[in-house]
Amino acid sequence: MQVRKSLERKGKRMATRTIKVGALARVEGEGGMLVKIKGDKVHEVQLNIYEPPRFFEAFLRGRSYSEPPDITARICGICPVAYQMSACNAIEDAFGVKVTPVIRDLRRLLYCGEWIQSHVLHIYMLHAPDFLGYESSVHLAADFPDIVNRGLQLKKVGNEIMELVGGRAVHPINVRLGGFYKAPSKAQMLKLKERLEWALVAAKETIDWVAGFNFPDFEHNYEYVAMRHPDTYAIHEGRLVSDAGLNIAEKDYETIFEEQHVAHSNALHSVIKTRGNYFVGPQARYSLNFDKLSPLAQDYALRSGLGKTCKNPFKSILVRAVETLYAVEEAIRIIGAYEEPEKAFVDVTPNAGTGYGWSEAPRGMLYHRYTFDDAGIIQDCTIIPPTSQNQKSIEGDLHHFVSDRLDLPKEDLQWQCEQAIRNYDPCISCATHFLKLELEHL
Amino acid sequence: MTGFKETYGRKPKLAVWKFASCDGCQLSLLDCEDELLALTGEVEIAYFLEASRATVKGPYDVSLVEGSVTTPHDAERIKKVRKVSKTLITIGACATAGGVQALRNFADVTDFTRVVYAHPEFIKTLATSTPISEHVFVDFELRGCPINKMQLVEVINAFLNGRKPVTPSHSVCLECKKQGNVCVMVAGGKPCLGPVTQAGCGAICPAFARGCFGCFGPMELPNASSLMGWWKKHLGATDDEVIRALRTFNAGAEVFRKEGEAHGN
Repeated sequence: MQVRKSLERKGKRMATRTIKVGALARVEGEGGMLVKIKGDKVHEVQLNIYEPPRFFEAFLRGRSYSEPPDITARICGICPVAYQMSACNAIEDAFGVKVTPVIRDLRRLLYCGEWIQSHVLHIYMLHAPDFLGYESSVHLAADFPDIVNRGLQLKKVGNEIMELVGGRAVHPINVRLGGFYKAPSKAQMLKLKERLEWALVAAKETIDWVAGFNFPDFEHNYEYVAMRHPDTYAIHEGRLVSDAGLNIAEKDYETIFEEQHVAHSNALHSVIKTRGNYFVGPQARYSLNFDKLSPLAQDYALRSGLGKTCKNPFKSILVRAVETLYAVEEAIRIIGAYEEPEKAFVDVTPNAGTGYGWSEAPRGMLYHRYTFDDAGIIQDCTIIPPTSQNQKSIEGDLHHFVSDRLDLPKEDLQWQCEQAIRNYDPCISCATHFLKLELEHL
Repeated sequence: MTGFKETYGRKPKLAVWKFASCDGCQLSLLDCEDELLALTGEVEIAYFLEASRATVKGPYDVSLVEGSVTTPHDAERIKKVRKVSKTLITIGACATAGGVQALRNFADVTDFTRVVYAHPEFIKTLATSTPISEHVFVDFELRGCPINKMQLVEVINAFLNGRKPVTPSHSVCLECKKQGNVCVMVAGGKPCLGPVTQAGCGAICPAFARGCFGCFGPMELPNASSLMGWWKKHLGATDDEVIRALRTFNAGAEVFRKEGEAHGN
């Protein structure tokens, strides 16, 4: 029996196999996956992005300096605040604008709201079902309604922060250059604090819940790239560092990194010019900034089984849970210290020049650059979203992952590959650079 | 008024389809934190890739379509979606007006491709971004960039109960006045598209002390030329400023497009 099975397996191995997922589920945007297997070796892995290009960088030319926060938000409905903050950082850099500490804190609070809603969406609705063998969170809810409801309510708290500070959960309307159109009142903030106290408990329970999942034994070894700030866990300000010694300011990004339009894969890949692939996102942030997390978040991270760095992409769900706890704590801290400012923004006067900015979107560093004429009209701009920075590393991970699992039945392998892709929470709508890929069957 | 389940003895099958878009409108469905599990008790989520890898074969009783048509492939795909959908509802500015990506309609898309990509020859894209209604019959259009999630619940609820959805077609001004906001334009001197924009957002921009920027597209019978004349005369707006204001997420909506063209290219 054993012998026959292995012979069958051998026979199969001689043939060429193709695993194709036409449309990936539980990711933001539209993408697919193609794995070509020749004999007993993985021949090629492609993450296929057929999200149509929308040309933001082209139609932003000729627009006013005041417009990118509203317009670039529309790149992604899941992380609009990331686009708004990176845009503000870049444009304010061009005009030499410095915001006040209270505006800085309000921006951080708004960003915490986005981290919470995006991370909790991913943990409960997109990724956890894989670990527990369910097709979706709706299926999961049939057996565990309390758990799914906890996730929904925790996500809602993130959205409530975005609604209070940003005016709306999807595509906030209250962000402007130099700050906000209107600052929330102290009373409104204190009302939110009660909800956040509940969220703190829910976030702790989330970590304990996720810590009990089974994580496949798998590690990748890419250069981690994330922002780092001397005083805090970097979200919307800091330098860019890596575990290979990189330490740069915004204006140097494009001298170190470049985007390649690679013919064989039909997609723009972002690489470090001298070293190649790298990785951004929650695992990179966590591994480079563990020492900047709060004592509570550090404590929960370590007791959940994470080390001070995390190289297993399947544990990214745990890292997201830790960052969610941190974001809830940060929100409570900021609200506690909040005093309503007399003016919600600092004045901005345009001038000719170029500005560079970045921030840590839920999925990783998001870079913007704008060049203006003296009236503040955009002459040129570049936007580099996290998923396009990670695409090459995701494909590399899948290559190794599939190589060790070729004996699995096709359906199981397919689901595990899908789960592996969802580790990175790829936000395909964001990746305006991604192209439709023609599939080639062996 | 008879509900779907009583009539057909089963739950209606709901499908969610995505074309060129940011995902924000379908996210609104998942943002119904208090209603989602009640909703899934009433409808079968038969095809919703953002939420589930399980798919159920069509035909579908109701299809929600997000996004605009921007590629030759999508121009064919929407016809197939229509064929398997008894009721087709478009959600959001991309699906109802072409979205922000319809700004290509005012330019040469080959120039756009060259700006963004090193090898423009790899790109397969149409010269225009068009709403779903330009390609197939649409049963109901829900506006917004993004849509209002409570309006989405209302639309699905109306369908489940065999009635017409109650969504306003009047302007943001009415919503704004009901809230008691001081007019940001007449009293505050800030350009506001509220008088010509369809209500539904809750007049959030004026409530946050800024002018409406038209996320929900033109209201029924708007007088855009009067408003833009007022912007120029009383607020000193330039032609370029007027054109930019009209050309954002609903640039492809006929009234906004025509009014923009009246002020230049």
